[in-house]
Amino acid sequence: MNGSARLWLLHAAVVALLVALNFLLPAYHHGLMARILVLATFAMGYNLTFGYGGLLSLGHAMFFAAGLYGAGLGIQHLGLGVPAAFLAGLACGAALALLAGLLALRTTGVAFMIVTLMFSQAFHLAILYFSAFTGGDQGLVLRPQQRRIETALGTLDLTDPTTRYLTALALFAVVLFAMLAIVRSGFGRVLVAIRENEERARMLGYDTFASRLAALVTSGTICAAAGAAYGLLFGYVGANFASVQYSILPLLWVLLGGAATTLGPLFGTVFMYYLIDIASGYTSAYMLAVGVILILLVLFFRKGLLGTLRERWLRWLP
Amino acid sequence: MNALLETRGLSRDFGGLRAVDRVDFSLMPGEIRALIGPNGAGKTTFVSLVCGRIEPSAGTIVFDGEDITALPAHRRVRLGIAYTFQITSVFSNLSVFDNVALAVQRTLADGRSQGRLRAGVIEALERVGLADRASLPAGQLAYGHQRLLEVAMGLALRPRLMVLDEPTQGLGDSEIENFIALAREIAASATVLLIEHNMDVVMQLAHRITVLEAGRVLAEGTPEAIRADEAVQRAYLGGGA
Repeated sequence: MNGSARLWLLHAAVVALLVALNFLLPAYHHGLMARILVLATFAMGYNLTFGYGGLLSLGHAMFFAAGLYGAGLGIQHLGLGVPAAFLAGLACGAALALLAGLLALRTTGVAFMIVTLMFSQAFHLAILYFSAFTGGDQGLVLRPQQRRIETALGTLDLTDPTTRYLTALALFAVVLFAMLAIVRSGFGRVLVAIRENEERARMLGYDTFASRLAALVTSGTICAAAGAAYGLLFGYVGANFASVQYSILPLLWVLLGGAATTLGPLFGTVFMYYLIDIASGYTSAYMLAVGVILILLVLFFRKGLLGTLRERWLRWLP
Repeated sequence: MNALLETRGLSRDFGGLRAVDRVDFSLMPGEIRALIGPNGAGKTTFVSLVCGRIEPSAGTIVFDGEDITALPAHRRVRLGIAYTFQITSVFSNLSVFDNVALAVQRTLADGRSQGRLRAGVIEALERVGLADRASLPAGQLAYGHQRLLEVAMGLALRPRLMVLDEPTQGLGDSEIENFIALAREIAASATVLLIEHNMDVVMQLAHRITVLEAGRVLAEGTPEAIRADEAVQRAYLGGGA
């Protein structure tokens, strides 16, 4: 078996395991995993700019929220159906990423962090300011009848737990395989090269600004897809998803799972979610326990779970 | 025959220092030209202006009849100007294969053709003798081999003008012998502009030599003429070479 087939099989096996969990998990964990799959998709989008592109953005909440509000407002005010609302969310995320990228990518390092943070904060405040349309900090609740897809074969009801889980998984799987294809493509190689040594990449004839912009727009679109799916699947469009907390969370998930690994974002998101879930079952000071465990991880698994695994044993992991 | 590369009045100031001072320079296709001069003469600055790594303060650069003075570096590379770095600058965390693949995939019309990519990479690595090390991380190569990898990346771009910035720096004697053979081979398909301190290498390779001093062209001519030039001997060769 060659290396390429092995990789596709490994990723297919992970997806197959997640399909099996749909039938095995008790109701509580089933609901939690559906949420985690959508947020892991968000983390994969973040990983493209942060892990592979080497750009530490503090503004990705904006792209997630752009998808969330693009879809939510489309349904609420324009009466869009679910598929059209999803695409509207994607378009909002892509457009914002293009705009933000054209300005923010003129900077790097700390300046890039600040500029993306400012963009994101402005977006958050705009949502609060235009409360007549957005519901302000109350947000919008999408009614169950707004979350159905009528097809020739019957109605797809996104409020049904199984449909919800499998829809979340479908989105996750599409993005996972897309990421695998991207990072193994020539474009992925160029992105890593720019991260490692921008000047050298330029002297091989690469327009590094254009490559980074393409990465950011792809990343923003993936994050917006996660945001749109989140709103449509769970029925709530809230301003807190645009807050700085939701820019930092994907960074944590990716760091925990392993930056620049295809499966790291999934493992990081699952790990962090369950860490909080389990710790909060024992003590009200659960964030303290979470904090201690995160510090230990950073000390002993400097490159995240999968990053460390790759460094020590499985060098072939993408 | 028209010059492949021509600069007119090319200058670059760093603050009050004029690193390159009104240089008129022209390079014929197929030539191996050595650029020599004492440290700080402006050699690296001059080739950096040619490659577009830094912008000129004044003057024009014409490549193959086209004014490229305002073109960004990556566009100049696409026109066929390749630059190998003075300080080894390979992607040390990437495999040797990937380093060269980055150069090859840009020259392929269809960068996704895995077969042609692999063939191109192996060909470039075979020319410098590194084909058996393709899967190693570039950072694990010996220093001399990293220099060769740097050259392989340049070769893989299929350039019309190859700029080699002190390629033999830090190499042992036998490695230098190999490099001279390699440079001759490169010159069969590309024009070569070579910055070099090792006078043996220069005298063996160069068709013509340009001597820079304090940012200006001090002399230019065949190796024999340069060796005999009194001004050059005073400025650079220390009178004894």
